[in-house]
Amino acid sequence: MSPFLFWFFALMMLVFGIAVVVNRNPVASALSLVVSFLGLAALFVSLDAYFIGIIQVLVYAGAVMVLFLFIIMLLGLRAEARRQINWLASAGAIAVALALVLQIFYVVGHFKSAGQRFPPLARPMTDDVRNIGALLFSNYNLPFQIIGVLVLVATIGVILLSRREPR
Amino acid sequence: MDSFLIITSLLKIVGILFVVILPMVSYAVYAERKVSAAIQDRLGPNRVGPAGLFQPIADMLKLLLKEDFTPRTANTFYYWLAPCLAVMPAIITIAVVPFGSTLLGVPMVIADVNIGILFVFAIASLGVYGIVLAGWASNSKYPFLGGIRSSSQMISYELSLGLAVIPVFLLVGSLRLTSVVQYQIEHGWFIAPFVGDWLNPWKWLLAVPMIISFVVFVIAIFAETNRLPFDLPEAEQELAGGYHTEYSSMKFALFFLGEYAAMITGSAIIATLFFGGWHFPGIPDGSHGWIFGLINIAVFFAKVAALIFVFMWVRWTLPRFRYDQLMRLGWLFFFEIALVNIFIVAAILAYLPNK
Repeated sequence: MSPFLFWFFALMMLVFGIAVVVNRNPVASALSLVVSFLGLAALFVSLDAYFIGIIQVLVYAGAVMVLFLFIIMLLGLRAEARRQINWLASAGAIAVALALVLQIFYVVGHFKSAGQRFPPLARPMTDDVRNIGALLFSNYNLPFQIIGVLVLVATIGVILLSRREPR
Repeated sequence: MDSFLIITSLLKIVGILFVVILPMVSYAVYAERKVSAAIQDRLGPNRVGPAGLFQPIADMLKLLLKEDFTPRTANTFYYWLAPCLAVMPAIITIAVVPFGSTLLGVPMVIADVNIGILFVFAIASLGVYGIVLAGWASNSKYPFLGGIRSSSQMISYELSLGLAVIPVFLLVGSLRLTSVVQYQIEHGWFIAPFVGDWLNPWKWLLAVPMIISFVVFVIAIFAETNRLPFDLPEAEQELAGGYHTEYSSMKFALFFLGEYAAMITGSAIIATLFFGGWHFPGIPDGSHGWIFGLINIAVFFAKVAALIFVFMWVRWTLPRFRYDQLMRLGWLFFFEIALVNIFIVAAILAYLPNK
C-alpha cells in the first residue's frame, strides 16, 4: 500500500474521530463518526482486506449510524448544543485516554517480535470472502452458532419490549 | 501500480461517467416525459430541436438560471451537503458493474473486486444520508416527514434486496460481478437457467426460485430508488414535495439527477444479475476483435435502457401504495419470500447433479 494513502486515511480517521467528541451538535458528531468509519474502511481496502472494509461500510456507516442519526433527529437534541463543558470530566477522560495509549505502547514495546519487519503479504491475495466463510463454518462453528442464538435472543427481546399489550 | 492500469482506469471512469451515465440521465428525463406522454395519449416535449431532442439542454439551462434560494431557518452547511450526498452513491456504484467484455484487451469494468455485490449494497445504503439530511436541514415540517419516511423505507427494503440475490450467488459461488456474468454465459441467464440445458429437469425446477428472486429484487429496487409505486417520500398530495420541498435551482436538480442515476444503476445491476450482463446469445466477446467489444457494451446498455423503460412504464401505470401497506409488504411479505427462497435454492443445489 502506498504510504501516502495510509497517512491520508489515518489522518482522516483521527481528525473526524476528534470531531465526534468536540462537536456540540449531535448530528455533526454522528456524521463525523460516519466519515471516520469510511476512513477505516479505506484502510482495510488498501490492505487488500476488501470484505472487512466493505462490511465496515455496510454495517456501521450504512445501518448502525443511520439509526443513530434517526434517533438524534427525532429527539431534537437542541439542549445538547448549549450545554456547558464540564472541564473536570473532560480532563479525566483525556487522562484515561492517555493512560490507554501509554499502556498500548508499553505492551507492544515488550512484545517478543516488536520491531521486527514482517514479510510483505503475498499478492495476489486469495479469495478472502471464501476464506472467512470456510473458517466460520469449520474452526469457529460453535462461537458462530452461539452468536446466532445471542442475536436471536436480542431480536425476541426487542419484539417483546415493543409489543403493545392487547386490551 | 503500473501506469497502464491507472491510465486505462481513468479513461474508463471519465468515459463511463461523462459519455454514458450523465447523458443517459438527462435523456432518461426526456424519455420519461415522452413515455408518460405516450401512455397518457399526449405529445410530450416536441418544441426544442427535432422531436424535442434538445429538451434536456433547455431543462438544464432553466434549472441553472433559476434563483438559488436558501430558507433562513435552514441549517446551511447540511442543506448544501445533502444534494451532493444524494447523487454520489448512485454514480459510485457503477464502478463494480461490468459494462462490457474486453476492448483491445482491457476489461470493461472499472474495479473488478471480489466483493462486487456487497460494494453495491454498501454504497447504496449510504444514499439514505442525502435524503435524511435534506429533510432535517430544511428545518421544515413536510421535508422532515418525507426524509423520515424515505429512510425507513430504504432500510426496510434493503433487507429484501440483499436476501433476494443470495440464490444467485449460491449458484455462482463468488460475489464478483464478472463471475456472475461468466457463469451466465456458460449456464444460461438466471432469468431462464434452463437455456442450453433443455433436458435437465433440475434446471427447470431451478427456474422457479430464480424468477421469485428476480421479482423480489426488482420490486425492492423500485422501493430503494423511491420510484412509483413506492415514491412515498415525495407523495405530493400528503407531503408537498417531500424531502426536497425547500430546495430550488441546481440543488433541486441534483436530487433529480440522483434519482435517475439510481434508476440507471439499479437497471444495470438487474441486467448484470439476471439478464446476463453484456452477453447476448450468438455474439462473441471482445477477444474476437474490437468491434465485438463495442457491440458487447452496446448490448449491455440496450438492456439497461429496456429496464429503464420498464421503470417508467410501471410509474405511469400503477397507483401509489399507502405507507402502512408499503411497510407491511416489505416486512411481512417480501422478506419472508426471499428468506424461504434461499432455502429452496440451497435444497435444489444440494441435489443438483454436476451443477
